[in-house]
Amino acid sequence: MRSVRRLLREPLGVFGLALVLLVIFGAIFADLLTSWDPTRINPRDRFLGPSTDHLLGTDQLGRDLFARVLHGGRIALYVALVSTAISLAIGIVLGLIAGYGPRWLDNLLILLFDAMKSFPTVMLALALVTITGPSLTAVIVVVILVNVPGYARIVRTQTIAIKTSEFVTAAQSMGASTTRILRVHIMPNVIGPLVILASMDIPVVIAIEAGMSFLGLGVRPPTPSWGSILNDGFGQIRETPWIAIAGGLPIIITTLGFTFLGETLRDVFDPRLKGR
Amino acid sequence: MLNYAIKRLGLSVAIVSLAMFLLFCMIYLVPGDPASVALGPRATDAMKEALRVKMGLDQPIWVQFMNFFMGAWTGDLGEEVLSGRPVLDVVFEQLPYTLVLIAGGISWSVALGIPLGCWAAIKRGSLADRMVGILSVAVIAVPSFVIAIYALLIFSVTLRWLPAIGAGEPGDVGDQLIHLILPSLAVGLGWVGYIARMVRASMLEVLEASHIRTARAFGLPDRTITYRYALTIAILPTITLLGVGIGQMLSSAVFAEIVFARPGVGKLVYDAILTRNFPVVTGAVLVTTVIFVLLNLIADLIVGALDPRVRSSF
Repeated sequence: MRSVRRLLREPLGVFGLALVLLVIFGAIFADLLTSWDPTRINPRDRFLGPSTDHLLGTDQLGRDLFARVLHGGRIALYVALVSTAISLAIGIVLGLIAGYGPRWLDNLLILLFDAMKSFPTVMLALALVTITGPSLTAVIVVVILVNVPGYARIVRTQTIAIKTSEFVTAAQSMGASTTRILRVHIMPNVIGPLVILASMDIPVVIAIEAGMSFLGLGVRPPTPSWGSILNDGFGQIRETPWIAIAGGLPIIITTLGFTFLGETLRDVFDPRLKGR
Repeated sequence: MLNYAIKRLGLSVAIVSLAMFLLFCMIYLVPGDPASVALGPRATDAMKEALRVKMGLDQPIWVQFMNFFMGAWTGDLGEEVLSGRPVLDVVFEQLPYTLVLIAGGISWSVALGIPLGCWAAIKRGSLADRMVGILSVAVIAVPSFVIAIYALLIFSVTLRWLPAIGAGEPGDVGDQLIHLILPSLAVGLGWVGYIARMVRASMLEVLEASHIRTARAFGLPDRTITYRYALTIAILPTITLLGVGIGQMLSSAVFAEIVFARPGVGKLVYDAILTRNFPVVTGAVLVTTVIFVLLNLIADLIVGALDPRVRSSF
């Protein structure tokens, strides 16, 4: 509770929180906030500029951009939540194995993590999509491949640091099983800093989803995504700039909101991580 | 140090080998027969069979893998599907454009990041320091392709100050530089934030050091102390950070090349995917991966040379 109060004393944190809540609110109540269908094509209403009827205008197929932006938020937040959760789960398991398991397995996993990190993200995405074809799943897989090495490394370092401490030795000598030691003694000490770091990675995840959809490697049309709106707008940037603006604005708001919030949270909860 | 260098080099070789293995699996997994894809629907079975033999697709998978693997290590990345030109030539033809773009990005990030970080450190705790802090975080957070499109919209479409597409007339350096301004800004802006934070942090550390105190005691002017004695030391960690930065700028460069329709490796891969020119995709991904691994290797070796603790922990 004290942490929450400290967060609310930081203007930047409050600003970030407000932006994040705005995006979440828009995504949840998308259907109530606008009566337009984000995928319905209206050829007669193509390329309408922003007005009271269409707050952000319409795109090349006459679809309402405000509705598309709100529904695009659902995709962005869905990818952020699902892929972060899966990355965390895999990262924790691999990190615990590397940190607590035999030395050769540790070395092998470290090599694997380094290899995974050695592909530039966009190249990884491009290469993967050549096999799978563009889809939301491909986006989630790319995010997992990008995130897991970092998370697993942190868990591994923490596990190695904790496994020689006295309370773990005591548990071992009392006959506690490996799973019990990992679950009861090591996990709780690892998870705190990890969750903070994962929350700071959310802007990166959102950028990957939007970026891949922008390149046509992510969400398939007609499903609205901020990246695909940006791509629609990019094609028409000279004639109808509001489409590109409508696609870019939510990406900026969301990444800034999560970053400001994450930075403040980190300083409030764990000053040791400052400056990372 | 030699021991560390050998181990670190071995790791890099292992990583590149693993990357090759993954890429090979990827080619193998691509649905459809590469020979039929390459020749199109009107090819006869005999033509397909001939190409299949030429590409080595009739051999068992492990022979194919060894051929691919040995070929890749010796620079033979196969041939482009349509023209039959060696993939390595095609990639190296585009690589200079991408490297120039990244160099431009680094120029932006250094030219803006170092003064900002320095200024924030000197004015520690002031409003200026806080503004630089917020600005740094903000430019790191916003994805480079959004910056690229908004920059295109503002400076090319609306204000018409700068050109929107292409890399400029070949041979005309001035024109090429003008075409470089916006794409390199999009690539480098995020790193302005990283560098400003890094320089600020290390400046704060250096400004506390005893040789700076001595310089102050001697009554040297503040400017001399800051720029000659403090900044020259504080800048060192930034150099190694740039090693990692170049690799990450590769990703931003792909977007910048597509948005500004510039030639380069990113555009090459993107177009190759659209035309299902898979040897070019794998070749270009492999070349960029090798560059990325090499840069990380160099950065790690520099850090290892400067800081013995890094060597022992490896």
